[in-house]
Amino acid sequence: MNYSVYKRLVDRSFDIFGFVVSLAGLLILGVFLYQIAEKGIGRVDWQFVTSLPSRFAERAGIFTALMGTIWIMVLTAIFAIPLGVMAAIYLEEYAKRTRFGNILEINISNLAGVPSIIYGILGLEVFARTFQLGNSLLTGSLTLALLVLPIIIVSTREALRAIPLSLREGSYALGASKWQTIYRLILPSAAGSIMTGVILALSRAIGEAAPLIVAGALVYVPFAPSSPMDEYSVLPIQIFNWVSRPQEAFETNAAAGIIVLLLVTFVLNGMAVIYRNHLQNKHKW
Amino acid sequence: MKQKEKIIEWLLKISGGITILITIGIVWVLLYETVVFFKVVSIKEFLTAKEWTPLFTNKQFGIMPLLSATMLTSLIAILVALPFGLTIAIYLSEYADRRFRKIVKPLLEVLASIPTVVYGFFALTVVTPFLQNIIPGMAGFNALSPGIVMGIMIMPLITSLSEDALYVIPNSMRFGSYALGASRFQTTFRVLLPAASSGIGVSVILAISRAIGETMIVAIAAGQQPRLTFNPLVPVETITTYIVQVSMGDVPQDSLEFRTIFAAGMTLFVFTFIINNIGLWLKRKYHQKYEL
Repeated sequence: MNYSVYKRLVDRSFDIFGFVVSLAGLLILGVFLYQIAEKGIGRVDWQFVTSLPSRFAERAGIFTALMGTIWIMVLTAIFAIPLGVMAAIYLEEYAKRTRFGNILEINISNLAGVPSIIYGILGLEVFARTFQLGNSLLTGSLTLALLVLPIIIVSTREALRAIPLSLREGSYALGASKWQTIYRLILPSAAGSIMTGVILALSRAIGEAAPLIVAGALVYVPFAPSSPMDEYSVLPIQIFNWVSRPQEAFETNAAAGIIVLLLVTFVLNGMAVIYRNHLQNKHKW
Repeated sequence: MKQKEKIIEWLLKISGGITILITIGIVWVLLYETVVFFKVVSIKEFLTAKEWTPLFTNKQFGIMPLLSATMLTSLIAILVALPFGLTIAIYLSEYADRRFRKIVKPLLEVLASIPTVVYGFFALTVVTPFLQNIIPGMAGFNALSPGIVMGIMIMPLITSLSEDALYVIPNSMRFGSYALGASRFQTTFRVLLPAASSGIGVSVILAISRAIGETMIVAIAAGQQPRLTFNPLVPVETITTYIVQVSMGDVPQDSLEFRTIFAAGMTLFVFTFIINNIGLWLKRKYHQKYEL
């Protein structure tokens, strides 16, 4: 065989191989979602969403876990958003290429790589035991706030970086101070992309089970929490609990719980993506 | 006016500084409790003993069984994720037409947004039974199934970072290679991959670190039996699973048994810290290379 024909054959083969592997990746995702839907969809109904946990699989529901997840999401947002956005503003607008800024930057990259379960250990020791917040929603949400902080900082910095210099210069030329420029011009312009990053960070937070298990979330709570000091469980932990049981009926419950969790996760992610596309079309710097 | 600006700058600076406090907090908590632990158990025993049975009457504190399980599941994950993730990255970046790429890339990224407890369910209820049909004698809990599923989970990470690394290579290198008569395949494998190798290296390192720290998949599907083995067909227990197991049990919080989770956590932290920093170092190096 002629070398150039061989060359083209190899090239073509890899083209096909790459296509097949990419499709296989999608296929796995498809199989994955199908298996879960098949196992659990029959179990998802109003009773399942509004029932308290129970020893009997057929009567058990996710109400307390779902409420725990909503509480956790809101509290985590309250703690993490202001702190993350402020830290990002400092890094991007004030401390760029300074010594302290460099240290912060290396530190944040490192924090982003710390396994989530280690944050759980931190939360247990600092919030639950030292600050004596116990197994409360407060302990859990503070722990998750620390976990998502690096994600929020990184995405907020990117949002700030995307604001063109001309906007700042225009503001300075009108006599605005640095903070006036940031607060009245840069933050409002970047608000959309900052929100996108925040939503993605929160969707990560509600999927976490390991750090909350270590920081004191419970597997079983009889009632939905009604204040930040209450004990709680969350959806991923409820699912984990059901998966760990041998009976078939609990596996069905786990699949149904997963459908609800995935629904929330996908809605959040979808919101972020649609919002981002919307913004990209709106602002053409 | 000037003063207000200064106060605001300080407030922002403090927010940034809190991130350093988090790091100090993590190191302090792990170090403090680990030191207390090592007053009772010798470091030598911790590193060399071949059994991990802190919850039994006959207590042994050898981290090796937990570490070997962590390594084993991570190794399987990377063996799955690297070839497939890299192939997809190459295909999307060099071969696929833009429409295909625009559809496939976000769909694959959906895989990265799925909570890990869901992957655990998938490993235990779908992959394990499937593998048991092929490999008779495989235990219901094993390292293979969660390892493979973890590979699927970290694959998008490798794909997306490797694709970025290929993307930043200037087109002049591609054109130069074509001008010399090389095919797209030759260009990809002999010019682009070597040029992107450090970026691909970063993706692999970060993926390994993610696999080592991953908890729920192994906690659900790998079992809770610490054993020093590289047999992927039997139940094992990873460091992360052990921490979850103790946290869910009713071990009193001031006991030596409970302190083991800090020693185990310290081991996990040290490993991921070293690996992450090799990755970050490599990343800085190759960023300099292409800042043209």
